[in-house]
Amino acid sequence: MKLTKLSPKILTLLALALLVIIAPMFFPSSFYYRIGALIFINGLAVIGLVILVGYAGQISLGHAGFVGIGAYSCALAPEHLGISPVLAVFLGAFLSGLLAWLVGRPILRLRGHYLAVATLGFGILIYMVLSNEAQWTGGPDGMAVQATGLKALLKSMGFKVSASEMWYWIAAVVMMIGALIALNLHTSPTGRALRSLHDSEVAAGTVGVNVANYKLSAFVISAIYTSVSGSELALMNRFISPDVAGFLHSVELLTMTVLGGAATVFGAVIGAAILTSLPQVLTVLHDFEHIVLGLIMMLVMIFMREGLVPSLAKILRRRPK
Amino acid sequence: MTRFNHLKTTALAIALAGSAAIAVPAHADIKIGSSLAITGPASFLGDPEAKTLKMLVNELNANGGINGEKIDLIMYDDAADPNQARTFATRLVEDDEVVAVIGGTSTGATMAMIPVFEEAKVPFISLAGAVVIIDPVKKWVFKTPHTDLMACGKIFEDIKARGLSKVGLISGTGGFGKSMHEQCLSVAGKYGIDIVADETYGPKDADMTPQLTKIAGAAGLQAVVNPGFGQGPAIVTRNFKQLNIKVPLYQSHGVASKSFIDLAGDAAEGVRLPASALLVADMLDDSDPQKAVVVGYRDAYVAETGQPVSTFGGHAYDAFHILVNAIKSAGSNNPAAIRDAIENTKGFIGTAGEVNMSATDHLGLDLNAFKMLEIRDGDWTIVK
Amino acid sequence: MSELLQFFFSGITVGAIYSLVALGFIIIYNSSGVVNFAQGEFVMLGGMSTVFLFNAGVPLAIAAVAAILITCLVGIALNKLAIEPAKGASVVTLIIITIGASIFIRGMAQLVFDKQFHRFPSFSGDDPFLIGGATILPQGVWMIAGAIAVFIGLFVFFTYSLTGKAVLATSNNKLAARLVGISTNMMMTLSFGLSAAIGALAGVLVTPITLTSYDVGIALALKGFAAAILGGMGSPFGALVGGILVGLIEAMTAGYISSEYKDAASFIVILAVLFVMPNGIFGRSTIDRV
Repeated sequence: MKLTKLSPKILTLLALALLVIIAPMFFPSSFYYRIGALIFINGLAVIGLVILVGYAGQISLGHAGFVGIGAYSCALAPEHLGISPVLAVFLGAFLSGLLAWLVGRPILRLRGHYLAVATLGFGILIYMVLSNEAQWTGGPDGMAVQATGLKALLKSMGFKVSASEMWYWIAAVVMMIGALIALNLHTSPTGRALRSLHDSEVAAGTVGVNVANYKLSAFVISAIYTSVSGSELALMNRFISPDVAGFLHSVELLTMTVLGGAATVFGAVIGAAILTSLPQVLTVLHDFEHIVLGLIMMLVMIFMREGLVPSLAKILRRRPK
Repeated sequence: MTRFNHLKTTALAIALAGSAAIAVPAHADIKIGSSLAITGPASFLGDPEAKTLKMLVNELNANGGINGEKIDLIMYDDAADPNQARTFATRLVEDDEVVAVIGGTSTGATMAMIPVFEEAKVPFISLAGAVVIIDPVKKWVFKTPHTDLMACGKIFEDIKARGLSKVGLISGTGGFGKSMHEQCLSVAGKYGIDIVADETYGPKDADMTPQLTKIAGAAGLQAVVNPGFGQGPAIVTRNFKQLNIKVPLYQSHGVASKSFIDLAGDAAEGVRLPASALLVADMLDDSDPQKAVVVGYRDAYVAETGQPVSTFGGHAYDAFHILVNAIKSAGSNNPAAIRDAIENTKGFIGTAGEVNMSATDHLGLDLNAFKMLEIRDGDWTIVK
Repeated sequence: MSELLQFFFSGITVGAIYSLVALGFIIIYNSSGVVNFAQGEFVMLGGMSTVFLFNAGVPLAIAAVAAILITCLVGIALNKLAIEPAKGASVVTLIIITIGASIFIRGMAQLVFDKQFHRFPSFSGDDPFLIGGATILPQGVWMIAGAIAVFIGLFVFFTYSLTGKAVLATSNNKLAARLVGISTNMMMTLSFGLSAAIGALAGVLVTPITLTSYDVGIALALKGFAAAILGGMGSPFGALVGGILVGLIEAMTAGYISSEYKDAASFIVILAVLFVMPNGIFGRSTIDRV
C-alpha cells in the first residue's frame, strides 16, 4: 500500500499518533512529559478553534473565557456540589456549550472586526466575574483544585507513574479523540457547509445553506473543545487562576491556530507545540525572549501566511519528483 | 555591630576556603532555582528581585561560594502567570534538579508552585505578600516579606493611636490589593476600626476620582487606606489631593520604593505607610542591628544597578541569605537538611527585620519589624 | 450634583485617552483595513521616550516633539517591514502580525528603557480647576483639547484634502485607487506614520495623569479598539464619541453602581449596541461582493 494513497484524515491521525508515542523516547527527564501534556491540552483547544476559524471562517478573541468556565467547573463543582472532578469536566463542557449557544446567535451576526470586539468583550466579562467574585473563585490569586484520584487509583492497581507522565497520556488520548471528531466533521456535509461559509457567507446563503445555524454550531462545538482543555489544565495543575480566561490567553490560542495553519487539524497541533514549547526554549535568551517571540510570530505570518503546515506542504508538493 | 563583625569573619573564612577549593575543582555546584515575575504586570517587583539574586550569587561565588562549592542559580521568568510558574517549578525540580527554590514574586504564582515543591520535598522561600502562603504552615514553604495581614495590623494600630476609627478602603483589584483588602476587613474589628466605605479600582485605571468622591462622602470618614501596588496607589494619592480630601491617607508596603514619591509628587506629603527599615537606612540609629545590613545592601544594589533600592529586592536579599546560612549550617546539599536548617533560622537580621522561624512560623517576623513611615519634604521619615 | 459633575469630569478625562487611541486606530484602518494591535505601543513609546529624554535634560517641549518623531519612524518601519510584505493576507493573519509587532516593541522597550513606572510634570501644573464643587486637572483639559483637535484635524484631512481622500480611496479599492494615479504604498506609509504620531501625542498628553511603563500598551489598545468599534470603525467622529462614551460609562458605573464591575459595564454596553447596530453607532453598513 502506498502511503500517498491514504486519505488525509487517516494520514493526520497516524502522524499524530506516531508523534505522541515516539516523543517520550527522546525525553531527557519527566519534566518533558509536562510540556507534552500542555501541548496536547492547548492542541485540543486549538482544534476547536480550527473548526470555528479554519472551517467556518469566523474569529474569536474571547475563547479563553470557555477555558475559564471549564477550569473553574472542575475547581468549584467538586467543592460545592460534591460531584467528582472528572464528572465536572462534562458539567463544564455542558455549561460552555449552553452559554455559547445563548450568546452565539446575536454575536455571530457580526462580521470581521466587530465580531472580534464582541467576542473580546464576552471573554473579558467572564474573566471579570472569575477575578472579582473572590468568595467563590479565590480572586486573582486563584484557587486550589481537588485531586482526581486517578493517580491513587493507578497506584492501587500497581502502576507507579509521575503526575506529569499520567497527564501526558490522558491529554494525548483526549486530543486524539478531539482530532478524530474534527476530521470526521471536515468531510461530513456539515463540514462542507461550514467551509462554504468560509469562502462566502452570502454565496452559501443563496445556495440554501442555513448560515446562522451552521455558524452557531461551529461556535458551540469550539466552545466545548476549549472548555474541556480548561478542565484538563485545572485538573493537571490542581490550581487555577483567572489568567487562563484572560485576553492574552485568547490571543495565544488564536495565534497557535493561525501559526500552524488555521484550516488543518495537524497544523493546529503543530502551532500549539511551537508556541507552548517556545517559551521553554527561549529561556536561554533571558531579556531577548519577547523580542524573538514577536519576531517569530511576524516572520511566519508574513512569509507563510496560510500557516506553517499548509505552506510547508505546498513547498514540498511543488518540488519536482 | 558584633554580628556584622562575625559575618565579616565568616566571609573571610569562606573566602579562604574558597581559594583552597580552586585547587581541587572536583566539587559539583549547588543548584538553586528561581522563578520570578521578571516581566509582566509585577515586573517592577520581580526585576529588582532578579537583579538582587544575580548580584548576590556573583558576589558569593567570587568569594569562593559555600564551603568551596559554587552556587549555580537557575532563573526563569514566569511573568506572574500561575500556569507558567507551575511549569517552571516542574522544570526546576524534574529537569534542573535544584536543591532549593527562591521565588514566586506574586501570590498566585507562589500558590501554583507550592504543590510541586511539597510533593518533590524541595524547600521553597517565596517572595510574595499574602498570608495564605504560610498560614496554614506548609512543611516545605517559607517566605520573607511581611504579610498583608501584618500591614493591615500596623496601619490600624497607627490609626487608633491617632484617636481615629472610621476608615474608608480603596483597593486595587489585582491579587495583592484583593488579598490585603480581605485581610484588612478580617482584622478591622480586632483593632476597633469601623470600615465606612469600601471601593476598588482596576490595575490599569487612569483616574480614581469617582471612587474617592464616594469615599469622601461617607459619614464620619476619618482616614483612608489604599491596599494595592503598581502605579494605582500613586494615582490614588494624586486624585486624593485633587479632591482636597482632608483625612490622613495610608498606603501599603506594596508601594515601598522611592519611585512612589516621585510618581505621586507633592500629593505624597503626609502619606503614611508601613515598610521595612531598608527605605530609611541612613536614619536608623547606629546601635540598630539592622543598620549595617540595610546600608550594606542598599549601597551594593545602587552600585550594581544604578537604580534606587526597593523593599522588593530586599525580600530576595533576605531569602538568599537565609538559604545560604541554612545550607552552611546543614553542612550538606540535601534538601531535607536544608529545610530543617531554614526552619531553625534564629536571630537572622535581614532587610525586613529580625527573623526567628519555628515549626509553626515559617515567616519569623513580628509587627516590630515594620516601621511606620511618613513622607515629608519628598522623603521618608520614621513615625515615632 | 457636585458628585455627578465629578463623575462626569472623570469620565471625559479618561474618555479622552480612549478617543485618542481610537483615532489612531481608524487612520490605519481607513487606509488599509488593518486593525493595528500595536497602536497601544505607539502611546507607550510616546510617553516613555519623552520621559527618558526629559530625564536626560532635554526641555519637555523638545522631548515631546522628538518622542513623536521617533514613534512616527517606528510606525513607518512597521508598515514597511511587516505590513507591506504581508499584502493581501487575511484579517486574522494581519491581526497576528500586529500582535507580534506589539510583543516585539514591548520587548525592545524593556531593554532600551526599563520596567519601572514613570511620569513627567504636567504642562500647566497640578492645581485643579474648581467648577461647581467638582475638580478637573489642567492636564485633563489638555487631554480633552488634544482629542478634539486631533478629531478636527482628521475630519478636515479626510473630507477636504486631496491626500486624505486618496487615503480613503486606497482603503475602498486598492486597484481602482492605483488606476486613478494614487500611490497606494505611499498612502499606507503616510497613514502609519500619522497614526503613530497621534498615538505618541496621546502618550505625551496622558502620561502626567496615567503614568507610563513599558507595558501600558495592551490595556490602552483594547479599550481604544473597543471605543473605535462602538463609534463605528472608520469614522473619526465615531472614534471621538466612542472613546468619551466608554470613559463616561466607566466613571458613572464606578460612581453609582460598582467600581468592581465598571470595565464590565463598558463591554456590556458595547455588546448591547452591536446587537442593535452591528456596524457601531456611526459606522456605515457594508455590502458584500460575491
